[in-house]
Amino acid sequence: MPHTLTIHELTARLAAKELTASEIVQACMDRIASVDGELNAFIGHDVEDALAQAELADRALADGVVHEAKPLLGVPIAIKDVIAVKDQPLSCGSKILGEFISPYEATVISKLRDAGAVIFGRLNMDEFAMGSSTENSAYQPARNPWDTDRIPGGSSGGSAVAVAADECIASLGSDTGGSIRQPASLCGCVGLKPTYGRVSRFGLVAYASSLDQIGPLTKDVHDAAIMLNVISGYDPQDSTSEPRDVPDYSAALNGEIKGLKVGLPKEYQSAGLDPEVKSNVDAAVAKLEELGAEIMDISLPHTEYAIAAYYIIATAEASANLARFDGVRYGDRIDGVDPIEMLCATRGTGFGEEVKRRIILGTYVLSSGYYDAYYLRAQKVRTLVRDDYLKAFEKVDLIASPTSPTAAFKVGEKVGDPLQMYLSDIYTISANLASTCGISVPCGFTSRGLPVGLQLLGQPFGEKQLLQAAHAYEQHTDWHSRRPPLN
Amino acid sequence: MEIDLQHVVNLARINLSLEEEARIRPQMKEILKYIDKLNELDVEGIEPTAHALPLTNVMRKDEVQRSLSSEDALRNAPRQANGLFVVPKIVE
Repeated sequence: MPHTLTIHELTARLAAKELTASEIVQACMDRIASVDGELNAFIGHDVEDALAQAELADRALADGVVHEAKPLLGVPIAIKDVIAVKDQPLSCGSKILGEFISPYEATVISKLRDAGAVIFGRLNMDEFAMGSSTENSAYQPARNPWDTDRIPGGSSGGSAVAVAADECIASLGSDTGGSIRQPASLCGCVGLKPTYGRVSRFGLVAYASSLDQIGPLTKDVHDAAIMLNVISGYDPQDSTSEPRDVPDYSAALNGEIKGLKVGLPKEYQSAGLDPEVKSNVDAAVAKLEELGAEIMDISLPHTEYAIAAYYIIATAEASANLARFDGVRYGDRIDGVDPIEMLCATRGTGFGEEVKRRIILGTYVLSSGYYDAYYLRAQKVRTLVRDDYLKAFEKVDLIASPTSPTAAFKVGEKVGDPLQMYLSDIYTISANLASTCGISVPCGFTSRGLPVGLQLLGQPFGEKQLLQAAHAYEQHTDWHSRRPPLN
Repeated sequence: MEIDLQHVVNLARINLSLEEEARIRPQMKEILKYIDKLNELDVEGIEPTAHALPLTNVMRKDEVQRSLSSEDALRNAPRQANGLFVVPKIVE
């Protein structure tokens, strides 16, 4: 069962010639053929292209190229369908792009290729990354591998499902308000949102440019560190990427967390928190304490305003970013007698309902007479939220909480009530507003057998410490190695 | 806060069906009511955050670089002619 391997296990086998890249890629393809009919993690995948890349990797391995030089040589990595892969289709989970083929490559994809990865698959997602359940995909909604009547979370639902169901070794997602961490939590895998500016956004189709960040979804924390090492760093193509050194994240995983100060925000004990999620997360925090961490109460007083601020800022940015989908330069066009009619018809037909809702909200909060009352006020509240975090990080090294207030909910349960869906992002959203880094790691199961995630948040550019703590926790638990009961 | 949906939809350049309008109108009302929560806060004198990184005017050298060829740029065009995007007539 080679497709169940982690990156570090797989590269050891490839290096020892116990397995070839072609075999592991074929194993993933076979796995997709057997389980993805039910799970819908993939919108599409190009088998021939993946096998051709695998053959090149095998040749490089035979020529003596080592994983010290190319850390992902021969490792199949699947990609959320919002990141541009040259000469492959790109849909963003939407119909509006029609038969779009990407004429260029995202920086993260170039970096993965340089590291020797086999890039394949277009992973299912909420349309334009707007959603928390992958039900807003214009394709089939993805399903949770632990219970296919339930949602996998979102918007990177396909990225989490593909990893949790062993259809790939690792994947990339994007996180604007929790879209990597929440599905990772609901599907029982690891999801890392790097600090804003850590990873280039060049080639990531923009939803909310000041909040979006690409990150890995993996089978364990060690793999997340390996992936982050490959994709991080300054990129002249993204003016918001930070020109600062990338530390060796993998080397930091020494299991040592003695004296680490971990804060528990008192505002996170909110009414909507499921008691079973709470007890699992409490046990995880107790484990951190047992390993030598010092646990203390902290306060993030503006927590209750974060969701409102987020839905103003994110939708305002989205309304501007998504103006480019106009049927002029790419995508499907619905004709009209003049350009305005063409635009309105193209966008009215091509966008799904949640995307329309968010563009309309974003247009409204930016419109004449409302800008100060909504958008400017939300940006000021963003300052307050960020200051809460910076103040907390003067006292503690990390913040611990549940990733999501509940485990996976049923398909269809919240579709009619967008506000309820928005409120499920309560624990993840402020990390994007504050631009800190965060990770979700498996920390237990509910009595129904659904995974629960522990979220750890680190200081801006504090990924090293974040991964170190998450890894230490993982070393002393086995939640991450449990697999869903699929055939 | 009652939202003039027709006006906003026109600004956003999105056609809505009557069914969509009927669904979205009350949802907007509910979302805006929730968002009004922000009015509870005194934000007098608080600097707005557009962006969390202390970056201003990121410049690069003004040098010619490789970019998309016009062939590549037109590759996904719904309609094109003579190396140009074709759109409905704008001026009579």
